[in-house]
Amino acid sequence: MRHIISILMENEPGALSRVVGLFAQRGYNIETLTVAPTEDETLSRLTMTTTGDDRKIEQITKQLNKLIEVVKLVDLSEGAHIERELMLIKVKAVGAQRAEIKRTVDIFRGQIVDVTSSVYTIQLTGATDKIEAFIDAIGEGCVLETVRSGVSGIARGEKVLSL
Amino acid sequence: MELLSGGEMLVRALQDSGVEYIYGYPGGSLLHVYDAVYKQSAVKHVLVRHEQAAAHMADGYARATGKPGVVMVTSGPGATNTITGIATAFTDSIPMVVISGQVMSHLVGDDAFQETDMLGVSRPIVKHSFAVKHPEEIPELVAKAFYIASTGRPGPVVIDVPKDMTMPNERFEYKFPKKVKLRSYTPPQRGHSGQIKKAVDLLLGAKRPVIYSGGGVIIDGSSDKLRALVDRLNFPCTNTLMGLGAYPGTGERFLGMLGMHGTYEANMAMHHADVILCIGARFDDRVTNATDKFCPDAKLIHVDVDPSSISKTIVVDVPIVGPVGSVVDEMMSLLDEADTTPDEAAIDSWWKQINEWRQRHGMRYQINENGKMKPQEVVEALWQATKGDAYVTSDVGQHQMFAAQYYKFDKPNRWINSGGLGTMGFGFPAAMGIKMSFPDDMVVCVTGEGSIQMNIQELSTCLQYGIPVKILCLNNGSLGMVRQWQDMNYEGRHSHSYMESLPDFIKLVEAYGHVGIQVTERANLQQALDDAFVKYKNRLVFLDVAVDEEEHVYPMQVPMGSMRDMWLSKTERT
Ligand SMILES: Cc1ncc(C[n+]2csc(CCOP(=O)(O)OP(=O)(O)O)c2C)c(N)n1
Ligand SMILES: [Mg+2]
Repeated sequence: MRHIISILMENEPGALSRVVGLFAQRGYNIETLTVAPTEDETLSRLTMTTTGDDRKIEQITKQLNKLIEVVKLVDLSEGAHIERELMLIKVKAVGAQRAEIKRTVDIFRGQIVDVTSSVYTIQLTGATDKIEAFIDAIGEGCVLETVRSGVSGIARGEKVLSL
Repeated sequence: MELLSGGEMLVRALQDSGVEYIYGYPGGSLLHVYDAVYKQSAVKHVLVRHEQAAAHMADGYARATGKPGVVMVTSGPGATNTITGIATAFTDSIPMVVISGQVMSHLVGDDAFQETDMLGVSRPIVKHSFAVKHPEEIPELVAKAFYIASTGRPGPVVIDVPKDMTMPNERFEYKFPKKVKLRSYTPPQRGHSGQIKKAVDLLLGAKRPVIYSGGGVIIDGSSDKLRALVDRLNFPCTNTLMGLGAYPGTGERFLGMLGMHGTYEANMAMHHADVILCIGARFDDRVTNATDKFCPDAKLIHVDVDPSSISKTIVVDVPIVGPVGSVVDEMMSLLDEADTTPDEAAIDSWWKQINEWRQRHGMRYQINENGKMKPQEVVEALWQATKGDAYVTSDVGQHQMFAAQYYKFDKPNRWINSGGLGTMGFGFPAAMGIKMSFPDDMVVCVTGEGSIQMNIQELSTCLQYGIPVKILCLNNGSLGMVRQWQDMNYEGRHSHSYMESLPDFIKLVEAYGHVGIQVTERANLQQALDDAFVKYKNRLVFLDVAVDEEEHVYPMQVPMGSMRDMWLSKTERT
């Protein structure tokens, strides 16, 4: 099963390499990884998605918790949560295709953020399945380039991950 | 206010951390620090002959004293030479602080002379690591390093010190923190009471219990508590390779070591147990054999200070995260309060069964009166000669297993070996680290002619500092353990397990200024041992003892089998 693990860690050089190194060293896979500072400048927030059975995920969270720089950790997939990914996608758009693509972008509530005579650059946010559905809908044949941010997530309701 | 340079701060902070010895080797990036070492006498520096040995010396010191060992090496090759030693300590959870020099900060990243990314190279084998960014942080980083290295599940911590952090002419205020607190690191102080209660209920209801304890009990300094628990319950106890000595080797309730080369009775008892209390051990693959066949009838209780050890290889029924000592304390008080006691009739018949297994006696070997000595008899003779009271280190191979099986350790912290990583070359420097701290005790390194050559250069260090360890080399003229596997699995094709050009060890140790005694006849063994410990009490003695190269270590678990599947001799299987 896919899990979204969200980590608060010390904003120190080397902390990220410990997290990534742990995955490489122990043969866990990282599907997506995002990391950025938080409102508290001593902390950074890292979100990763990974897959594995319950035992593997338990090991992953325990091993992560063992890293001295990891302050707090939550497996968001254990409860109600919101997940989002941002995609920038460049597609071939000529002739009749242009209107068709525009319609699809509207349906997916994306935005065309840059236009040339033959190319649209589209911005889309949503959960991973929505992003993938959009690529399917638009047809892989016309995709020139995609950039995805990886998953960010946050728990629903009052629950917060903080010190 | 006291102004010190970074180099002086480093040395002062080591003093303030209670350091007695630094094991190290100087070089360009550390010269300011070495100058600060020179100007004081509170911390003694031991100059090794190879940085790997510095790490093993610190490790041996730590295992015997329970205090973190300290290593100091220069950047680049000095730092990378310690890697095997750091990994050895990491695998066995040994507290260690490694100070590695680094090139000037402004050169870092430029592939400067003697620059390696020590933090990167060591990352997978340390508990934590720090890079010094400003000289003023040195005291705090040192304090943090010692705190992290020695608490919770101990392990090595590296501090990387760029040369410009130690400049003699740049002085800053020295403040050593009285207490260290880290918001992201809080080692567990006690186990969960509900879980401990469940465990005690299971123990009280057990009909075929086994207590299986490991190195964690020794690291926690809780051997006495373990003994009290075992004796109070009258349960059989087995120790892992790392845990030998936690329960007395000559104790009546002791089953011997378990696992790959464990005793017949220990492995049989584990396999047939209905309740197993695993305490300070980690279900290592050298213990469990095939995990899907592991102890099919047993309810498992696991006490470990590291949550990630729990249900890693074997899923347990009652996990307890906490320091073993405090958990055992709580178990004892629950036993005091309980209205039931262990099922005496069931335990009696379990002991009867175990004693039958003991009769089968897997630990037997054939002495060949007219032939070469067996390694086992040499270890037994050592045990006699030292009255079972020596510190015994070992290297890795058959000699290690024979030492573990035949030297009966009655005290903790006496059996010092690289159990987890299996590092040949560990034993001799580890023995040196111990001997310097316990000058009045007997310290013996049981080794093989293969392993000893991996750090033999330390004979020179021993002369310089007068470290009279005894080296007992079980010389079978081959990489015995490799050869054993080749005998068993490769139809005796001894691919590169044969040492064709061994040195004359006696001349070699004499060249280094020590005493060498060759033993080829059984009749001379006793005298040689006596000479080593009495006549040459204050000298380093190298005993080169010729032993039978055909001998195998038994019992030996059959690969992919359960715990009870063992070879008991070259021809006998369970
Ligand atoms: C550094 C290192 N290299 C290789 C090995 C693999 N290995 C394990 S036992 C062994 C043979 C050791 O020979 P020796 O020291 O003579 O001991 P013996 O088995 O003969 O008693 C080897 C090569 C190891 N454990 N460590
Ligand atoms: Mg040998």
